[in-house]
Amino acid sequence: MDWLLRPDTTPEKLTLMVIAIVLFVVVMGAILLGIDRLRRAPTWVVVAGFLGPTLLFLAFGLFYPGLRTIWSSFHDGRGRNFIGLDNYVTAFTQEQFQVVLRNTALWVVLVPLAATFFGLVYAVLVDRTRFEYVAKTLIFLPMAISLVGASIIWKFVYEYKPVQGNIQQTGLLNQLLVWLGMQPQQFLQDQPWNNLFLIVVMVWIQAGFAMTVLSAAVKAIPDDIVEAARLDGLHGLSMFRYITVPSIRPALVVVVTTIAMATLKVFDIVRTMTGGNFDTSVVAYEFYTQSFTARNQGLGAALAVILFVLVIPIIAYNVRQLKLAEEIR
Amino acid sequence: MTAIPPTTLTDRTEADTRKVPRLTRAEQRAIAAKGRLSSPWASGIAIVLAILWTVPTFGLLVTSIRPRSDIRTSGWWTFFTAPAATLENYSEVLFGSSTSFATFFVNSLVITLPAVVIPISLALLAAYAFAWIPFRGRELLFVAVFALQVVPIQVTLLPLLQQYVSWGLAGSFWVVWLSHSIFALPLAIYLLHNFMKDIPSSLVEAARVDGAGHVTVFFRVLLPLLTPAIASFGIFQFLWVWNDLLVALVFVGGTTDVAPLTVRIAELAGTRGSQWHLLSAGAFVAMVVPLVVFLALQRYFVRGLLAGSVKG
Repeated sequence: MDWLLRPDTTPEKLTLMVIAIVLFVVVMGAILLGIDRLRRAPTWVVVAGFLGPTLLFLAFGLFYPGLRTIWSSFHDGRGRNFIGLDNYVTAFTQEQFQVVLRNTALWVVLVPLAATFFGLVYAVLVDRTRFEYVAKTLIFLPMAISLVGASIIWKFVYEYKPVQGNIQQTGLLNQLLVWLGMQPQQFLQDQPWNNLFLIVVMVWIQAGFAMTVLSAAVKAIPDDIVEAARLDGLHGLSMFRYITVPSIRPALVVVVTTIAMATLKVFDIVRTMTGGNFDTSVVAYEFYTQSFTARNQGLGAALAVILFVLVIPIIAYNVRQLKLAEEIR
Repeated sequence: MTAIPPTTLTDRTEADTRKVPRLTRAEQRAIAAKGRLSSPWASGIAIVLAILWTVPTFGLLVTSIRPRSDIRTSGWWTFFTAPAATLENYSEVLFGSSTSFATFFVNSLVITLPAVVIPISLALLAAYAFAWIPFRGRELLFVAVFALQVVPIQVTLLPLLQQYVSWGLAGSFWVVWLSHSIFALPLAIYLLHNFMKDIPSSLVEAARVDGAGHVTVFFRVLLPLLTPAIASFGIFQFLWVWNDLLVALVFVGGTTDVAPLTVRIAELAGTRGSQWHLLSAGAFVAMVVPLVVFLALQRYFVRGLLAGSVKG
């Protein structure tokens, strides 16, 4: 029965998958059937049947590990001795980690702004044109691609070949530079600009999300408002500035905060493109290196907690804005 | 992972689409012609953006069908002046002994299906309890589950891994399924709860008065009405699990028999970063399933996006 734990052929794996699903269905089915049979089951039994497994999962997989991580962030690398705030002091004062924090700040500011900007401009430009559906799908498509896949796509754009003899550039961006008569660049190695070239990848992915949500918001602007503004002589850019943007403000807040949170946790792009070298690491990546490569459990935990704490103001702002928006309505 | 109140966006868009049929074609075209920024400049910018967003992917796609020697010596744009196409890269990346993406493709599939089915089923049941079974402490519990969305999964990884190791389960499919299911639950419950609340309470109450138990109401009344909602979240979860790197890396990282495509490609990019004939074909092998799912079910995906949020 070893293959139940370690299947190594395709049929074994597929069988295991079916077994897992069937097992789950049978267990849940038995619980629900049991509840249904008990005609006069007290409410708590019904609730336990519907909610019990979920709460068990959440307590085991999110709540308890979260507390454990907070606990180990106050302990040393092996998780034995209490060292107070030392891990946090390290994370905020050592130069290596200050670069990490600087990069994270750069990501969290630039990605949401740039992605929202491009998404909004594009949504407005293609709104109600004949090619709207196709045009939107093109921008939207990167959302289906994994961050790893996107990183590879862009790594190829940035590909660099040393200039010697008649070696040709195979990366598009460097070839463009050559065509323009400039020197090819090592985009992923030249600090600090390489961070910007990594950020481009995330903008490329998130713009589709921004566009979709903002496009729905733009379509929801009542026609009479637009009509009235037009009678008042607003056109083009001024229409965009004074009517479109203020009307979709709540959606803008949601988009910016959502992208900011996704950006905070970005890990795949840095890992695939530079491996955190050349001063490109961010908190989410440094957490991984410290926890699983450097085996410095305490510091890794502290970085995870920092990540957690950074998310909170963004959510608080989000919730506040939503409350305000509801009050106005 | 964040929360967006569901009502405003969806309702307005739906209202908007409902309004459209009332306009005739001509009227619609008149609106379009009056269009907000419809100048040559506007179309120009839109086209430039569309090209910028498509060319990187297109370049890699072209590369993946060029012969190995060509890839190394010239850029993909030369393909159009001197076309030479081959499927060799794909066959090497799929079945070559050093890459064997076919194995990892199966792994991805085996990981993804249960990791989509299990959390959706659990979340549906939980969302039903939160929406339609009155019990003491319900509001408090719901807020608590809602708040768990804020917890970045990074916070949980190391303690979970230690737990799995002590159970002797680390590096097996079971822990990947379990972890993905757990991480999906808060968002899934929140989303499905919103959809469930939209169902008229008279429907549920009528069934209850007729003597139907909660289990019957759940299966007979609610599930059929919730199919679009399930599809919306299903696509989310599918893309999320299929494209995930972090969870797979932490829990099954080195295990060839379990690791999904993303792990293998990331590894390839690290160890053989200059072998673009493998990387390009490999990237597309990994992309093809999510792209097909995405294009086929885009409508549900957009709806899910507007109704709730994105996971990140």
